[in-house]
Amino acid sequence: MADSTWVVASKRVEPRWRLRAFLRRLRSGDEIAHLTTLIFALTILLITFLLVSELWINSTLARQRFGWHFLFTRTWDPVFENFGALPFIFGTTVTSTLALLMAIPLGVGAAIFLAELAPPRISDALTFFIELLAAVPSVIYGLLGIFVVVPILRTTVMPFLKDTLGFLPLFQGHIYGFSLFAAGTVLAIMIIPFIISISREVLLAVPGEQREAALALGATKWESTWKVVVPYARVGIMGSVFLALARALGETMAVTMVIGNDTKIASSLFAPGNTIAAVIANEFTEATSDLYVHALVELGLVLFLLTIILNALARLLILATTRRGTAHV
Amino acid sequence: MNLRRVWRKSVNAVMFSLTALCALVSLSVLLFILGYLLWHGGKSLSWSFFTQLPKPVGETGGGMANAIVGSGKLLLLASFVGVPIGFLAGVYLAEFGGSTLSFLVRYITDLLNGVPSIVMGIFAYTVVVLPMKHFSALAGGLALGVMMIPIAVRSTEEFLRAVPQTLREGAMALGASKWRAVATVVIPAAARGILTGIILDLARVAGETAPLLFTAFGNSFWSSGWNQPTASLPVMIFTYAMSPYDDWHRQAWAAGLVLLALVLLANIGARLLLPKKALGSRG
Repeated sequence: MADSTWVVASKRVEPRWRLRAFLRRLRSGDEIAHLTTLIFALTILLITFLLVSELWINSTLARQRFGWHFLFTRTWDPVFENFGALPFIFGTTVTSTLALLMAIPLGVGAAIFLAELAPPRISDALTFFIELLAAVPSVIYGLLGIFVVVPILRTTVMPFLKDTLGFLPLFQGHIYGFSLFAAGTVLAIMIIPFIISISREVLLAVPGEQREAALALGATKWESTWKVVVPYARVGIMGSVFLALARALGETMAVTMVIGNDTKIASSLFAPGNTIAAVIANEFTEATSDLYVHALVELGLVLFLLTIILNALARLLILATTRRGTAHV
Repeated sequence: MNLRRVWRKSVNAVMFSLTALCALVSLSVLLFILGYLLWHGGKSLSWSFFTQLPKPVGETGGGMANAIVGSGKLLLLASFVGVPIGFLAGVYLAEFGGSTLSFLVRYITDLLNGVPSIVMGIFAYTVVVLPMKHFSALAGGLALGVMMIPIAVRSTEEFLRAVPQTLREGAMALGASKWRAVATVVIPAAARGILTGIILDLARVAGETAPLLFTAFGNSFWSSGWNQPTASLPVMIFTYAMSPYDDWHRQAWAAGLVLLALVLLANIGARLLLPKKALGSRG
C-alpha cells in the first residue's frame, strides 16, 4: 500500500533523471529515513537468527554426545552426565493434554454462549473481563496454584477421583497434591481465556445467512448453532486450541510451582513430574559442567521448535477462517 | 411427531443451559482466584513492603523495596531495547516497506512472539551472561526487551495504518517530503495509539519471571549497578512462594497483589483510552 501511493518517479524516466530524483530525495531525507527504519526492521531478522544460532551452538556438546537418542532416553543423571529428555517430553505432553481436555469443553462451551446466546452488551463486558485474565502474569497463577488449587485438589478432588475411578492406573498411588494433575489443572485455568476469546471471535465471524438458512429450514437455535455455525467455524476453533497448546507447552512458572519437579515417568497423574520448561527453570543455575548446560539448552531448542511449529499451524488455521491479518492472534 | 418436537425443544434448552454453565464455571473459577488474591494480598500488604529491604529468614517484617526498584530498572532497560527496534520497524512496515521483505519481517515477528519466555532467558544468558561471566540487570533487560519487540512492531504498524491516507496527501501537497510527512503528521496522529500499545507491552513483560531466573537472577540487597544481579518482583514472588516460611508466603501474596494491580491497571487504562476496534484483541 505504502509504495504505490508514494511513487515519485515513473519507470520510463532516463537514468540521469532518476539519479537526480534520487539525489533530491536524499537531500530531503527520504532515503535516510527509509534506510534507518529498514535497518531496524532487519535487526529483528538478525535477532531471530542469533536466537536460533545461539541455541544451536550452545547445545553442540549434548547433540554430538547423545544424537537423536537424547529424545528417547529416560535417564536424566547430572552426576554421571547421562542426559535424556524423555521424562520431560512425557511431562510436557501429559500436562498439556490434560489441560486441553479440561479447557476445550469449558472454553468452547463458554464461547458458544457468548457468541450465540448472550446479549451483545453482556457478551462484550464478559469478554473484556476474560481478556484481562489473559494478561495476568503466570507467576501469579503459580502462586494461586500452590496455595489454592493444590490444597483443594489434595483434600477433595483427588480423593474423590481415587474413590470413583481408582481402578484405572491413572488415578492410583499416594496423593501428594503437587503432581502432573495439579499442573494440568493450573494450565487449564490459564489457557481458558485464550480459547474463549479467540473461539468467540471466530464464531462471530460466521455469516448471519448461515444461521438464518438453518432456522428457515425449521432447525431449533441449538441445531443451527451445533450443526451449522460450529462446523463452519471448526477450523478457526482448532486454531485457537493450537494457540492455547503452544502457550501451555512453553508455560514455565505456574507449572514449575505445582508439578513437584520429579524426574520420573509415572503412570499415575497423582505422581509428581517435570516438564521441559520447568527443568530448565529449575536446573539452569545449578548446572556446573558444560555438558549439563548444553543438555539444558538442547531442551530449550526442542521446546522452541515445538512451539514454532504449533504457532505457525495455529495462525494458518485462524487465518483460513477469519481471513484477517495475523496480528490479532 | 409432537414428541419429536418436544424432544428437539428440550435438547435446545438443555444444551444452551450447558453452554451458559460453561461460561459461568470459567468465569467463577477465575473470579474466585482473583478475589482470593485480593483478600490475601490485601491482608499482608503494609507500608514497609514498599520501603524496606527483605529481612533474613526468622525475622518477621521487611519489604521488597529493592525488588520494586529492580523491576523498574529492568523495564527501563527493556524499553531501551524493545521500543526503538519495535517502533522503527513498525514505521518501516507501515510507511516504507516493499512487499517481500515486509512479509518476511512480519512473519518472523509473529514467530518471535511465539517463542516461550524461558527460551528468551537462555538466549540472553548465552549472549550476555556467558561472556561477562556473571548475572546482571543488563541480561535481564535484554531478555525482556527482545520479548517486547513483536507487540511493539505490530501495534505501531496497525495504528500508523489506521491514519487516513488524506492526511499524508495533505502534507505532501503542502510540499513536505515523505519522511517529513510521516514524522510531523502521520506519527503524531497515531501517537496515542502507539503509546498505549507500548504501555500494554510493558505491562506484559513486567510479569515475566522465567527469562529473569538466570539473567537478572536475584538479590537480597540494593543492587549496586546495572551490571550486577538485581531483584525483581516476579522472581521474588517465585522464590518466596516456594520457600517453607509462612512469613515469606505473606510477602509473596503482597508482592503478587502489587504486581497484578500494576498489570491490570495498565491494561484497563489502555483499553478504556482506545476504541475497541483499534486495539485488536491482544494486549
